Amino acid sequence: MSLSTLLVLADGRLPAGAHAHSGGVEAAVAAGRIHDLPTLESFLVGRTSTSGTAAAAFAAASCRALTTRPVPHARSGDIEAAPLDRARLTALDNGARSAARVESLTDHRGALRDDSVRPAERITALDDGIDARTASPALRAASRAQGRALLRAVARIWPAAVNPAGPNPHHPIATGIAAAAAGLGPREAALTAVYGGLTGAASAAVRLLGLDPYTVHALIARLAPECDRVAADAAARADDPVDDLPAGSAILLDLDAERHATWEVRLFAS
Amino acid sequence: MRAEARLVAEADGRGGTRLSTVYGEPPLLPRRTGHHQNPTAAEVHLVGGAAGPLGGDDLRIDITVAPGAHLVVRTIAASLAQPSHPPAPSTLTITAKVGTGATLDWLPEPTVAVAGCDHLSRSIVDLADGATLRWREELVAGRHAEPPGDLRLETTVRYAGRTILRHDLAIGPRAKGWHAMLGRAAGTLLLVGPEAATAEPKIINRMPLANGPAALISATGPDARTVRTALDEGAANTRAHDPDAKPGNWRKG
Amino acid sequence: MRPDKRAVRIGIGGPVGSGKTALVAALCRALATELRLAVVTNDIYTTEDADFLRRAGVLPDDRIRAVETGCCPHTAIRDDISANLDAVEELEERLGALDLILVESGGDNLTATFSKGLVDHQIFVVDVAGGDKVPRKGGPGVTTADLLVINKTDLAPLVGADLGVMARDAQARRGDLPTVFLSLVGEPGAAPVADWVRDRVAEPASTPRHHEPTPAHTHGP
Repeated sequence: MSLSTLLVLADGRLPAGAHAHSGGVEAAVAAGRIHDLPTLESFLVGRTSTSGTAAAAFAAASCRALTTRPVPHARSGDIEAAPLDRARLTALDNGARSAARVESLTDHRGALRDDSVRPAERITALDDGIDARTASPALRAASRAQGRALLRAVARIWPAAVNPAGPNPHHPIATGIAAAAAGLGPREAALTAVYGGLTGAASAAVRLLGLDPYTVHALIARLAPECDRVAADAAARADDPVDDLPAGSAILLDLDAERHATWEVRLFAS
Repeated sequence: MRAEARLVAEADGRGGTRLSTVYGEPPLLPRRTGHHQNPTAAEVHLVGGAAGPLGGDDLRIDITVAPGAHLVVRTIAASLAQPSHPPAPSTLTITAKVGTGATLDWLPEPTVAVAGCDHLSRSIVDLADGATLRWREELVAGRHAEPPGDLRLETTVRYAGRTILRHDLAIGPRAKGWHAMLGRAAGTLLLVGPEAATAEPKIINRMPLANGPAALISATGPDARTVRTALDEGAANTRAHDPDAKPGNWRKG
Repeated sequence: MRPDKRAVRIGIGGPVGSGKTALVAALCRALATELRLAVVTNDIYTTEDADFLRRAGVLPDDRIRAVETGCCPHTAIRDDISANLDAVEELEERLGALDLILVESGGDNLTATFSKGLVDHQIFVVDVAGGDKVPRKGGPGVTTADLLVINKTDLAPLVGADLGVMARDAQARRGDLPTVFLSLVGEPGAAPVADWVRDRVAEPASTPRHHEPTPAHTHGP
């Protein structure tokens, strides 16, 4: 895994549309629930433990679906997940009983995944799983808009990217696709998802409230270990059945997003 | 304490519903009650809910509504999730299967997270194609001015084999930042069925779901009464409107 | 008119209040009968510019798309153009072949310019009321825009702006690049700019204007 490639993917300046989304901050500011650093911290902590954790899990699972499993008997130093190349994916799509298929369907203990499906089907099921976790139509639309924007960037940056998800997948799915295309693994995909959600919302608060950028970044730094923890957990669960993946609900994010979508005037798309 | 309750409702062949199984062990005590406004439905109240769950409890409720039947399940009062000494987690597992042309109305009173509790309530609902559902979940963070213990409601609802709703509502020390996401009281009312998908006019807290003919009504507020009122308003003008519901009519422990 | 090519995309940028939206409205009025056109607006207040165009009756609602810029109008047209590309593609998918798409930036400052990944040509609009020193200040908009529009010349006597100074400074900054003085209150209105736009639509593309690859969607090779 390349650390610098992770920085490329997680960089807020990646042209993937993030700057126009506030992660619910614009609506929460308007509702008076975020107005200073402590209220921003509560919001960011709550968001990270609900939708941020779910996004991380789905990004990790999507990346896992598109990358090979670590092979215990592979030569040492080569146990990082490698991108699934096109030939292999074709073999999988054809249902060929290749070594790649068997490998991809078994976990590191050699047990069959309980949802033994091909990568494309797993990606579709994961996308469905995000729909089932996102009650707000406005949030679903915002997630798909960000997924589309990220895939646009991925198609130009890593042209060999494999995307079985269609042009408008949910954002965490696109994050998993991006990570796989960049040669990263599930943990990095999850980290990109949860950290991007955190910094996107924090940055929107800086812009909307004029908060001191140093104190907000100090807050991000304090929450960074939580992002690591969430990402590690997401990677550990990357093969779980979709219904077992995290599903923390944030009712206020849903309701805020629905109200925000009806505003005549808004600065952020979501 | 381990306890189990089983409810099986079947169509009686005359347009009504017959309860073929009404079984419960303390503290899960189902009682048949009338449902005068709707002679086609059978109604059951769980009368033991207010006593628990207590730490260490492992409770199971299994509900089957056979094709064409209509079952209404309520509780008589809020459930108080309470700690035990020594501390132990409590669980309530609810499984429900609803057949084609059948209706389940699961309309319990809220669950209150008493200080120090550690309660998990898991619900798995399988709806056949053509089934109808009203499924209400409400939680309250502590009794008056009390910091809540850990309370988590995990819900999975499938329609024709496809998961249409998957959410966990969690409050308490382990649910970091919960108060910024849910408020002191929160609730959802899931509506599934053809009318749920087409309900008009658009109400801001009634959100059409992506994976089936369903809508989720969501509410948060400072107390259970506010939440119930918002859920009822979200359900107004739909079949889901509950004529028996008395907004905020629940007893604190 | 342009069966084998995508629409020409022209960006219209400039500081707040310089008259970008009024120019877009005037261009739509001048060109709507001869060109298949659509507008993407990035105004910071999302719906306001679009509403202005609708009220002016120059374009039907479905030919105008608003884009939110998250308080960063320059980011949306320069550093991260994805939302604007989505809007452009959505218009082309929904409306079929188009000749011209005008992308109006949100009001920003003299440093804001459009990415070449988003537009083929750009117009930068300043106004005489902003002071006759604006062209001398330069900045990427004034210096590099394909067309500089110095707007509201009717106000020059009222604000004491010297149009001669502005013309001289503009030429010093821009070399051979054209500059147009404009007043939308009288005749000929936006005609000089409309003519310039017509020429851009009619000319063969200096570089092929391929459709952007839409977000990747593969099932393997």
